[in-house]
Amino acid sequence: MKISFPHMGHSFIAFKWLVEHLGHECIVPPEPSKKTLDLGVRYSPEFACIPFKILMGTYLEAEEMGAEVILTSGGCGPCRAGYYWVMHQYLLEEMGSKLKVVAFEPPMLDIRDFWKKLSWIRKSGKVSWKHFIEVMKITWEKIKAIDDVEIHSHEIRPYEINRGDTTRAVARALEQLDQADTISQIKEARDAGVKLLDELPRDRGRNPLKIGIIGEIYVVLEPSANHYLQIMLGEMGVQTHRSIYLSGYARESTISNGGEAIYQVAKPYLDELCIGGHGVNSIGETILYARHGFDGVVQLAPFSCIPEIVAKSIIPSVSRDFDIPVLTLFIDEQTGKAGVQTRLEAFVDLLEMRRQSKEEAARLVV
Amino acid sequence: MKKAYLGVDVGSVSTNLVVLDEKGSVLTGKYLRTSGKPIATVQEGLYAIGQEIDQNLNIVGAGATGSARYLIGMIIGADIIKNEITAHAVAASAVARGVKTIIEIGGQDSKIIIMRNGVVTDFAMNTVCAAGTGSFLDQQASRLCIPIEDFGKYALNSKNPVRIAGRCAVFAESDMIHKQQLGYNSEDIIAGLCEALVRNYMNNVGKGKEILAPVLFQGGVAANQGLVTAFNKLLGMEVTVPPHYDVMGAIGAALLARDWAAKKGQTKFKGFNIQEISFKTTSFECKGCSNACEVVQFFENGELLARWGDRCGKWEMQAV
Repeated sequence: MKISFPHMGHSFIAFKWLVEHLGHECIVPPEPSKKTLDLGVRYSPEFACIPFKILMGTYLEAEEMGAEVILTSGGCGPCRAGYYWVMHQYLLEEMGSKLKVVAFEPPMLDIRDFWKKLSWIRKSGKVSWKHFIEVMKITWEKIKAIDDVEIHSHEIRPYEINRGDTTRAVARALEQLDQADTISQIKEARDAGVKLLDELPRDRGRNPLKIGIIGEIYVVLEPSANHYLQIMLGEMGVQTHRSIYLSGYARESTISNGGEAIYQVAKPYLDELCIGGHGVNSIGETILYARHGFDGVVQLAPFSCIPEIVAKSIIPSVSRDFDIPVLTLFIDEQTGKAGVQTRLEAFVDLLEMRRQSKEEAARLVV
Repeated sequence: MKKAYLGVDVGSVSTNLVVLDEKGSVLTGKYLRTSGKPIATVQEGLYAIGQEIDQNLNIVGAGATGSARYLIGMIIGADIIKNEITAHAVAASAVARGVKTIIEIGGQDSKIIIMRNGVVTDFAMNTVCAAGTGSFLDQQASRLCIPIEDFGKYALNSKNPVRIAGRCAVFAESDMIHKQQLGYNSEDIIAGLCEALVRNYMNNVGKGKEILAPVLFQGGVAANQGLVTAFNKLLGMEVTVPPHYDVMGAIGAALLARDWAAKKGQTKFKGFNIQEISFKTTSFECKGCSNACEVVQFFENGELLARWGDRCGKWEMQAV
């Protein structure tokens, strides 16, 4: 089968490898562009959020390139994204498309459905379970290695002397990772990528601000959906860490994802039923970023996203209690980045002034 | 020769220029309509200001702000280029020491800036909607055939403001038309619109912000007395409109240029007579990778001065 999937940052490198090694042909989804947006907006309900529209456009582009099946994820609400694949399938059929959307729901929700879909992919690709598991393992290593390189690049970029050095080095590192087929090759490529970044000329005298990025998963993970926010901030001289990395779910990191812990952290502010999406995470992660000494937080939310709107209205009290400024950016069809840039520049000015006046106060005490 | 500082603020609707003296007082200021031509407006505005000011003044620092700040910064030879939020905050705290809240409403955007102890602690700017900003008021004034300068006076003459939906400019307009067709007078409708805009501002931009006095109201829209009254009523406190409310962004840019000049040396300012120079921008789509970045090229008298817009920095470096 010719399989495609949603484009989320650099993850397509790992998913491409996965699809190809499960005995299928991969149609690599193009990075969301103006064309993707035009297609998506044209065929989506007006009131759907931007991730829905971008995915709609991506699926149509993938079909044009020959895709027969889209693999994506489901979800169990209350955020409406869990229902998006059903809606996408329905709209595609209405347009007369033959594209089939297959979504994996969380296994705990319906283990039989999960198993059925997994077996279908394995059988149609004619691979054994042993091979299947092996391929899964290697894919997982690839996802982790890609994230490692990206995480490191966001730490390095604010020190770069020539604008763009880091971005170009990341591209080279990812090319090497794309070629790696075994666990040891992946490790080698990862280490080479990290080394490449470390060797870039940098100004070590700088003292960059640290900003945490929180919000809805798609606009956080897909740079083309958020005006390449992390690169923009990096080039303004800011280190960024985002709350969501695909590999983060199962890995230990300073800012945890999804797990029970984040609900515990957010509990004093939101002790109601689950509000869906990443709403609770956004509240909890703001607290965690404050505890880890970050200077500020940027919240990314698709326009009309209920979970993030709920989080946004709670965040001012978190921000006051933990003394950490939060800037919320709503993301919709607008592609002009000037507005985002103005707000980010002002936010960075604010954080810098705060740091200066804090240092000033500390000096006076001494 | 006396030292002076220039600030230029080029926004969507207006282009503002000011010259400040060493103490930060405004020597002269200009509020012009951008009319979609920022380069020509700045060239003409600079020339006019150059004619007006004392010939003994020497500009030793120039600053640019507003949404066209990078473009204009290159044209005038600015020493410092700063976003309009910071510029407005700098100007407000110079004009009114101890200011805690700044309401700024311009042509396309509205912002709130919260300051404590002279430092910006929080701000917000309208995101996806321009309801309640200057352009919408302009449009309504011309629909009612009332000069925009008199719009506020009409509101003040109202005894019973009509309730107008304020969530979105389109809703507000159709609501206004419905009320007008029912026979309400213009004064009451305009006053109602002012109240709706203030409600909209407070619900969108001002949401969750701690608004403490003293409150400064600046930006071109602060000329509207009807809005000032509506803010006073809703906030339950007096908002102050500073004397140079319409050019505060430019004042901020000039003050930042003064700070810059105190630290660094020679200004890059090209002088007031730049209307002879031809500035041109062109753009092309880079074919280097799938990103297809739109690269903008900036020419001065046919010579390539700068390139921007490429994400990887490839073209930008070649231009330098």
